[in-house]
Amino acid sequence: MRPITLQRLLLQCGILALILFAVVVVALKLGAVPVSLYGLGRDLISVLLRQTSQLSSGYGMIVIEIRLPRILLAIVVGASLSVAGTSFQALLRNPLADPYVLGVSMGAALGAILALIAEPHLALPVWLAALFTPLGAFLGAAATIAAVYLLGLREGQIDSATLLLAGIISSSFLSAIIMFLLTTLTGRDFRGMTFWLMGDLSSPLQSSLRWVLGIGFLVATGAIYTTAADLNLLLAGEKEAMHLGVDVRRVRLVVYIAASILTGLAVSVSGAIGYVGLLVPHVMRLLFGSDHRTLLPTAAFGGAIAVVIADTLARTVVAPSELPVGAMTALVGAPLFIYLLRRRMA
Amino acid sequence: MSSPAQSSSAWPNVGDAPRASSDVRLSVEQVSYAYSANPSQAPLFTLEANSFQSRPGEIVAILGPNASGKSTLLKLIAGALAPLSGRVLLDGFVTHTLAPRARAQRIAMVQQETPLLFPARAWEFVLQGRHPYGRSLRFENEEDVLIARNALAQVGAEHLSDRWMNEISGGERQRVILARALCQQPLLLLLDEPTLHLDIGAQVDLLATLRRLAAENRYTVVVVTHELNLAAEYADQVVLLQKGKSLRVGSPASVYQRDLLEEVFHTPLTVEQGSNGRPRVNLLPTS
Repeated sequence: MRPITLQRLLLQCGILALILFAVVVVALKLGAVPVSLYGLGRDLISVLLRQTSQLSSGYGMIVIEIRLPRILLAIVVGASLSVAGTSFQALLRNPLADPYVLGVSMGAALGAILALIAEPHLALPVWLAALFTPLGAFLGAAATIAAVYLLGLREGQIDSATLLLAGIISSSFLSAIIMFLLTTLTGRDFRGMTFWLMGDLSSPLQSSLRWVLGIGFLVATGAIYTTAADLNLLLAGEKEAMHLGVDVRRVRLVVYIAASILTGLAVSVSGAIGYVGLLVPHVMRLLFGSDHRTLLPTAAFGGAIAVVIADTLARTVVAPSELPVGAMTALVGAPLFIYLLRRRMA
Repeated sequence: MSSPAQSSSAWPNVGDAPRASSDVRLSVEQVSYAYSANPSQAPLFTLEANSFQSRPGEIVAILGPNASGKSTLLKLIAGALAPLSGRVLLDGFVTHTLAPRARAQRIAMVQQETPLLFPARAWEFVLQGRHPYGRSLRFENEEDVLIARNALAQVGAEHLSDRWMNEISGGERQRVILARALCQQPLLLLLDEPTLHLDIGAQVDLLATLRRLAAENRYTVVVVTHELNLAAEYADQVVLLQKGKSLRVGSPASVYQRDLLEEVFHTPLTVEQGSNGRPRVNLLPTS
């Protein structure tokens, strides 16, 4: 008997944090413009000491002002998607659930696009304008997951195959609506938007949106983590969980809202990056076990690592051109998904 | 749910309840229930008022044909359903008004098992029984581990501790599930057809374990079962249900009447008195 202890959890997270750090350093170094490790370190320290005048060269600015924010964005987006995927898997009792596969990402994308289209026509106060797109994405995500859940019910029970089908159908239905809306946009916007839809981390964020993203991620992830022990029991079935003292309705509501927030935030800043929320939790389960008290934090780190790597590849393999990061994750993710699906059916 | 008038009803009213038999632990008082597809329609199934009482250390068996309301009655006792009328008292608390955590500290339920989505070791599974006692973040401490070890030992399953739940036999799994229930340190242990899918040896084994646990830990045990002879052998009290009506409540000897059982189960049988004073049911060929 080896129950989870705080020390073991911190050790696991520490190791993953070190890996993440190493990946970030490599990601900072790689790119169309070469930078030396030494110069990189010195530049980072100068920025931390707020002595921007002492940057080693003009290249330093590229690294600090373009690559670093993009990597930080990749970290938050990856962690969000991974935590959201873990939550959906527990909530729906389906190991193949994930914001992308369930169509939730497309719902969030539609919500975000509607918000973008509506915003210029509404005289919104500045603080609300910054929140408006993520809010639209959150509402789109929440509505989609509710619809997919209801469509996935058969005789009051959630049916695994029906749920996945409902997700796939919703996804294609929603992308049809999105395509319809996008064609009404002008040519330049259209390319930008289709790129974003595929999952894209290249557009810089407004600073107000950075705050919304960071705080939203921490609050939503924290809320989900308070239910970690309940989620373990919920996986065994709602009735069992109830008899073991889980307030099933409260837990489901908290996780449903928080996971929708995470998906909405991630999609509104980076489009629909697929398979991260599906595959990262699986890998972490293999490595650290399926207890959500360790799974949620390790999946957050794992998602961050995965998306930083994917984005680094996306902007380097065809440099100086770029791939959407969603294309990278799908290239690896889709075959793995098929493998997992077939293994489950067998 | 938390209006003051309702929450106060969770406490025993010392003034009016006759508490002469002070060691009654479970008191099912005129409990009824009705299922319907929607509120405006006539109910599809009704459970008429049922009453019985039970003391610590006793085993109560709920018997009856399919769809006679056995599982519904068990859910009402567990507080998972709110009765249409009447109430279930456990040491003076109304079970369905207890908060989920408080209820799980008093009542443990062993259900027909749900398949696990992700593999788990037996010890992980057993530790889940400590959930209602969890602190913030719910990391188990040494006390929880000790209680879990004890629970496994009490059902004779210490050797299964490190095995995967999906790799042990049905009888072994049932023991581990029982150990998880013991970890809840309940007053009331409820079991819904625990002998289903078990071979006859494992069935006898499980009931003997329940008998011993009821005596050792002073549990009140309520078990829903189809096994008439096992119930006769191990239960102190039997509740016989037919179409939502409790036909008779009492000792196995008083309930096991040939004509009554024949009528309820629609099959010819004989009832004989065993050497230990407990009845035995023998099925007769129908043609």
